[in-house]
Amino acid sequence: MKQIKVLGSGCRNCEITANVIAQAAKDAGVEVEIEKVTDMAAIMAYGVMSTPGVVVDGKVVHTGGVPGPDQVRAWVQE
Amino acid sequence: MFEVFANVLTFGMLGLDPSSRTGAAVHFFIMDVVKIFFLLVVVIYVMGLLRALVSPEQVRAFVRGRPDWQARSLAVSLGAVTPFCSCSSVPLFIGFVEAGIPLGVTFSFLIASPMINEVAAVILVGVLGWKLAALYVLAGLVVAWFGGMIMQRFRPERWVEDYVWKIQMGAAALPKPDTTIAGRHRYALAEVREIVGRIWRWVLIGIGAGALFHGFVPADWVSEHLGGDSWYTVPVAVVLGIPLYSNATGVIPVAEAMLGKGVAVGTTLALMMSVAALSLPEMLILRKVIQWPALALFAGVLAVAFTLVGWGFNAIV
Repeated sequence: MKQIKVLGSGCRNCEITANVIAQAAKDAGVEVEIEKVTDMAAIMAYGVMSTPGVVVDGKVVHTGGVPGPDQVRAWVQE
Repeated sequence: MFEVFANVLTFGMLGLDPSSRTGAAVHFFIMDVVKIFFLLVVVIYVMGLLRALVSPEQVRAFVRGRPDWQARSLAVSLGAVTPFCSCSSVPLFIGFVEAGIPLGVTFSFLIASPMINEVAAVILVGVLGWKLAALYVLAGLVVAWFGGMIMQRFRPERWVEDYVWKIQMGAAALPKPDTTIAGRHRYALAEVREIVGRIWRWVLIGIGAGALFHGFVPADWVSEHLGGDSWYTVPVAVVLGIPLYSNATGVIPVAEAMLGKGVAVGTTLALMMSVAALSLPEMLILRKVIQWPALALFAGVLAVAFTLVGWGFNAIV
């Protein structure tokens, strides 16, 4: 199962990002595990300074904003 | 173009009297909403296409390991071109500290970033003309440069929260931007949605405040009390601006209304800077990484700097 982490200290855009990913996974019929990382030390450990960031299977794929629908679809499907 | 549209809507369709207070206020509001939001969308889109919006990760990489004056110039100028959201100031602060960037340089960046950005600069030119835009940007750069330098003198390291020093930052390879035309277009659109979505409230509130000022505050009263003759208007403007928060773009219509009624240029600039750069929410966010004495000092240094800028311009202009 794909592991997706949303990095962000609880700002509104982080919530939106997590929801967008959950919805896209549901639409695609793919099971994913979504984890919200809110601890600053853990976020920085990924080298990310602008949140929200998205990590798919341990790899940073996006930073600094709510991702677009095409991007999200690609992450849950690939 | 915007003028004609606002005329038709206010005086034609709504049937308001151009000489009435409400008419003047509504006209100002409609005109500025159309003009500022049009400029916002266009400027952010174009910047997005050019990918001129620099990310904090890139700033950190540029600035780290340089001698002090170089690091500061870079921090100030990059701060001026990064429209950053106060919600990222904590990771930004930690990232800078972790990279060994001096705190004074980090403060310079934190001052420049909310106060000046290229989007607000273009809108300033559109609304207030290029002279005032240049004055504002120049004053902002100077304040950011010296503000950070003065902060450094007080050895702010002692007020940084312990956990900040312990964080180890990873060096994950960040995703490469898509540089095809389609990719740029997508990025620019997302950028417009993101930034306008974040700041539209502040801009609307600012235009509303500007419209009320424009319509209902009599020019006689302004020239008597805020005309620039009395020394205390500038510090009062700065103190008023501290609890008020708005985005740099949001204060522009307020400044427009104030200048239109004859408020002195220095007083107006001081208020703009104070509203954009100094705010309680921003302070509370920074409290996560530095202690109160440093925050008080930060606010104090900025308040003094804005007051000096205000007096300076009132004396010259």
